[in-house]
Amino acid sequence: MMEFLLGHYNYWIVVILMMAGFYTVISRGNLIKKIAGLNIFQVSVFLLYISIGNVQEGTTPIIAEGFQTYSNPLPHVLILTAIVVGVATTALGLALIVRINEAYGTVEEEDIHLQDNSL
Amino acid sequence: MIDLLLDITLLTFLLVTAIAIMRIHSLFAIVMLFGIFSLLSAGLFVVLDAADVAFTEAAVGAGISTVLMLGTLALTRQHEEKHSGKHRPLLPLLVVFVTGAALIYGTLDIPAFGDPNAPAQKHVAPHYLDKAVDETGVPNIVTAVLASYRGFDTLGEVTVIFTAGIGVFLLLAERRARRRTKETRHET
Amino acid sequence: MKHNLILRITAKLLIPFIILFAFYVQFHGDFGPGGGFQAGVIFSSAFILYTLVYGLENAERIIPLRILQILASLGVLIYAGTGVASLLLGGQFLNYNVLADVPITGQHIGIIVIELGVGITVAAVMIMIFFLFSERGR
Repeated sequence: MMEFLLGHYNYWIVVILMMAGFYTVISRGNLIKKIAGLNIFQVSVFLLYISIGNVQEGTTPIIAEGFQTYSNPLPHVLILTAIVVGVATTALGLALIVRINEAYGTVEEEDIHLQDNSL
Repeated sequence: MIDLLLDITLLTFLLVTAIAIMRIHSLFAIVMLFGIFSLLSAGLFVVLDAADVAFTEAAVGAGISTVLMLGTLALTRQHEEKHSGKHRPLLPLLVVFVTGAALIYGTLDIPAFGDPNAPAQKHVAPHYLDKAVDETGVPNIVTAVLASYRGFDTLGEVTVIFTAGIGVFLLLAERRARRRTKETRHET
Repeated sequence: MKHNLILRITAKLLIPFIILFAFYVQFHGDFGPGGGFQAGVIFSSAFILYTLVYGLENAERIIPLRILQILASLGVLIYAGTGVASLLLGGQFLNYNVLADVPITGQHIGIIVIELGVGITVAAVMIMIFFLFSERGR
């Protein structure tokens, strides 16, 4: 039981982080807060992948003298690409928020819906 | 032992920061906490032996993303999230609980954290670790895989960055043209 | 602003070292952590620091927006051009073994050239996005 707990606590805390980000995205009305919640969600997914690739007693996957076991380099490569794509999405989302604010005068979702329905 | 302690401490701080971002109403505080969140996750990546990923996350998350969010706050001039008194988040809470329960049920089958015999360490990774220095001559395996073995994916990634630059350019670069047409309309 | 003096002098001292560190990370990505993306972002942060302290007009005098657009496309062109060069020399797309007589040298050349392309594009795009955000508010 203790072995099982020690082997899995990492994944459970990461899932709780994921759900915190997810909740921020779907329940709050402010657009800037939604983008922040989306980023929390993305970072927790990266943590999940990197913990899957970790090896006990291993080290960073850079070949050097005196080290035998290395951590798995494949998740690192995938997550590197994912981080960069994430920042591209965030930049585009923030540019859209700036334009929405110029068109409607607000960044709250409810006010935007009210203005759209009253046209 | 030290690894375990560092792991648990950093994860607890990350949880506290995430819950604070969820609850706080001042937008400036949210952006600052967002920078702290990125930096803490970069520290956690170092503890998990991912040096390249930590480098990128610290530079991109705590650097560029935070600066762009501060720029958005300055352009939109918003300070506070609107307090809505009658906030009934029952449906989002239900969705979040169901999704979280399904995910935790899925992680029960994952091999233990750090197991060297897990299936994730079996197929392609030992080949990369053994053969990369002979075939490419580069000691940093992550760079070798990123640039040589999986170079096509990296081409797609650079194209995504380029597309994001074009997208932001199309969205935000119009003002000079609009000002000029506004001036000509005033003159006529 | 009377307190601007400390910011200006500190920025003047730090910006050359930031750019130097960006070049170090770019070219030593083979032997330690680093590579094109990290180097591009660090390079762009030096320019963002300069823009924040000295103003957008001075920064645009150093790098106009036109040059940034050309640099962003240039990086992608260098990357795809290496792939096409390996096609023309007889191998498959992005197979670096055919770029030189010894396969290992070909791999070295290929990796350095594409990392350079990645670094140029990432730096140019990050600086361009920041310039666009600050121009919008003028």
